[in-house]
Amino acid sequence: MSTPIVELKNISISFGGVRAVDNVSLDVEPGQVVGLLGHNGAGKSTLIKILSGAYQKDSGEIWIDGQKADIRSPRDARHHNIETIYQTLALADNLDAPSNLFLGRELTNAFGFVDDAQMEAETRKIMARLNPNFKKLKEPVSALSGGQRQSVAIARAVYFNAKILIMDEPTAALGVHETKMVADLIHELKSQGLAIILISHDTREMMELCDVVSVMKNGQMVGTERVEDVTEDEILSMIILGKKTPDAKAS
Amino acid sequence: MSATPDPTPAPKRNLLQTLEIDVRLLGMVAAFVIICLIFNILTDGRFLTARNVFNLTIQTVSVAIMATGMVFVIVTRHIDLAVGALLATCSAVMAMTQTLYLPEFLGLPLGHPLVPWIAIAVGLFVGTTLGAVQGYLVGYLAIPAFIVTLGGLLIWRNVGWYMTSGATIGPLDPTFMKFGGINGTLGETWSWIFGAVATLVACWAMWSARKNKVVHGFPVKPIGAEYAMMALVGAGIMGFIWVLNSYQIPAARLKRMFAARGEEMPEGFSAAYGLPISVLLLIAIAIAMTLVARKTRLGRYIFATGGNPDAAELSGINTRMLTVKIFAIMGALCAISAVVASARLTNHSNDIGTLDELRVIAAAVIGGTALSGGLGTIHGAILGALIMQSLQSGMAMVGVDAPLQNIVVGSVLVAAVLIDIIFRKRAGLK
Repeated sequence: MSTPIVELKNISISFGGVRAVDNVSLDVEPGQVVGLLGHNGAGKSTLIKILSGAYQKDSGEIWIDGQKADIRSPRDARHHNIETIYQTLALADNLDAPSNLFLGRELTNAFGFVDDAQMEAETRKIMARLNPNFKKLKEPVSALSGGQRQSVAIARAVYFNAKILIMDEPTAALGVHETKMVADLIHELKSQGLAIILISHDTREMMELCDVVSVMKNGQMVGTERVEDVTEDEILSMIILGKKTPDAKAS
Repeated sequence: MSATPDPTPAPKRNLLQTLEIDVRLLGMVAAFVIICLIFNILTDGRFLTARNVFNLTIQTVSVAIMATGMVFVIVTRHIDLAVGALLATCSAVMAMTQTLYLPEFLGLPLGHPLVPWIAIAVGLFVGTTLGAVQGYLVGYLAIPAFIVTLGGLLIWRNVGWYMTSGATIGPLDPTFMKFGGINGTLGETWSWIFGAVATLVACWAMWSARKNKVVHGFPVKPIGAEYAMMALVGAGIMGFIWVLNSYQIPAARLKRMFAARGEEMPEGFSAAYGLPISVLLLIAIAIAMTLVARKTRLGRYIFATGGNPDAAELSGINTRMLTVKIFAIMGALCAISAVVASARLTNHSNDIGTLDELRVIAAAVIGGTALSGGLGTIHGAILGALIMQSLQSGMAMVGVDAPLQNIVVGSVLVAAVLIDIIFRKRAGLK
């Protein structure tokens, strides 16, 4: 076992008296895909938003690469090479794909002006790798399909050499073909040694994509299992009942 | 959403697309031309005389300068109702600095070469600071911009009043007054030189943009179309200079100018006004603001925040500081407009800039700035200001009653937004 690149230790956060995340710990190793499962409101998205800097934890520690990390904003998370692809696709609809890809990290020329041509050329390059059908580089991303928008969001994470990639429901808005494209991409990124945290409702998809699945319920961690050690039914039971076996007598 | 391919057919490249002309802008220019032609007919040709074009231009400058800043404010989904009042405070501060503070406390009399520049610097500082304070209240303390600037509308209007005790302050410094329009023009020769240089710069900019595209292997329009655009732009610039240069300074005024220098006016002497310095200022601001909007990170962040504030925040953009910067820019532009407006009137009057907030917002909105955020252009806002001013002064020339003038301007504002909404729906933009 290699050392984890991300260690979340005893993380808690409350919103107005509700413990959205209650004393949760989670480890991710390089080249590992960890799936976070659970009902709506189980605290999965809240947990990863703490890692990505969108929320600030009330207590607990985040360790990155064996060092304690202080993540207070999305910018801090980026400094630790953490990239997040949000469920709601954090894209500015009125801007084109290159502007979105480089948002917050624009390439500039010698005069300090943003270099649109260079950014467009770079976008073209990375898109040729991720989604060869992608051609609409000049149009606002509001004119793109769900899959094309998702490729822009993924390209943003890949281009800047993320070491830790968080994907919140990356395939929720996609069709069959585009879902497969994302799955292939996850495999490729995993083989490059990225640590990936994946959130999804689709248990079967998670069993295929992930090495490890962690189940949350009511803000607490129910358990973490290697996918080869559990069945889909057992995972479902953890999600619904909060324990691995539906009925203790049956075993 | 599904994986089905985009249903829209392959884009047909019609003439407008080949020339890369913004259809929306073209519509506005057409509307402007139609307004001018109609008024020209109604006034028996008095609307499009050199003299009226000159006046129209200098009347537009103050509102147009502020409208460029309002674009940024509205693009980020805010509003600034305090621009007219802030202009009044800046104008009061500058007038008091010139006529009272500097002579009284520093012993610099009106007419001293340093006076106008110190006054302008003080005005800029006050405008920028007050704008930044409003931006801080909006960005960091999360008070809606509507409320902050509605309060500002009352506060700044009356701060100016309080400072001057409501009195008209004048006359102002002669150098200061050169920024007003008719009192400061380049004259014929320099106007032509400026026009020629501007044409060359515009052509060079278009050419280097094309070269940059070729370097990166992007599609470019046919070379003929490029030349045609250059010719069009050049003709536009030189035509404008020609019109301004045809406005002769009245003989009586020339005589006074010679008398002021203690000389006798030669027989048959004539001179034209040429390009006003205030217009030069507007052009410089328009170029600077367009560069900021299109070519800087600040501009990119302004538009990104307008399009999706959450996305901007999650991309690591400090949207609170951005709000402060935007309102500070707006404040600085109010101060520059205050220079132009008070210099044009040759004094500071208590009601300077009254209702300017509405003209400025209307100019930005008519110019295509979407109140839902994320869309807007600097040149559109300036064209919007020009359309508003043409309507206003055109109706005044025709002799439309004052209440009817405002009714028409109000209706045009609402109609312009309606047309814009319909246009955007058709184009499938928003």
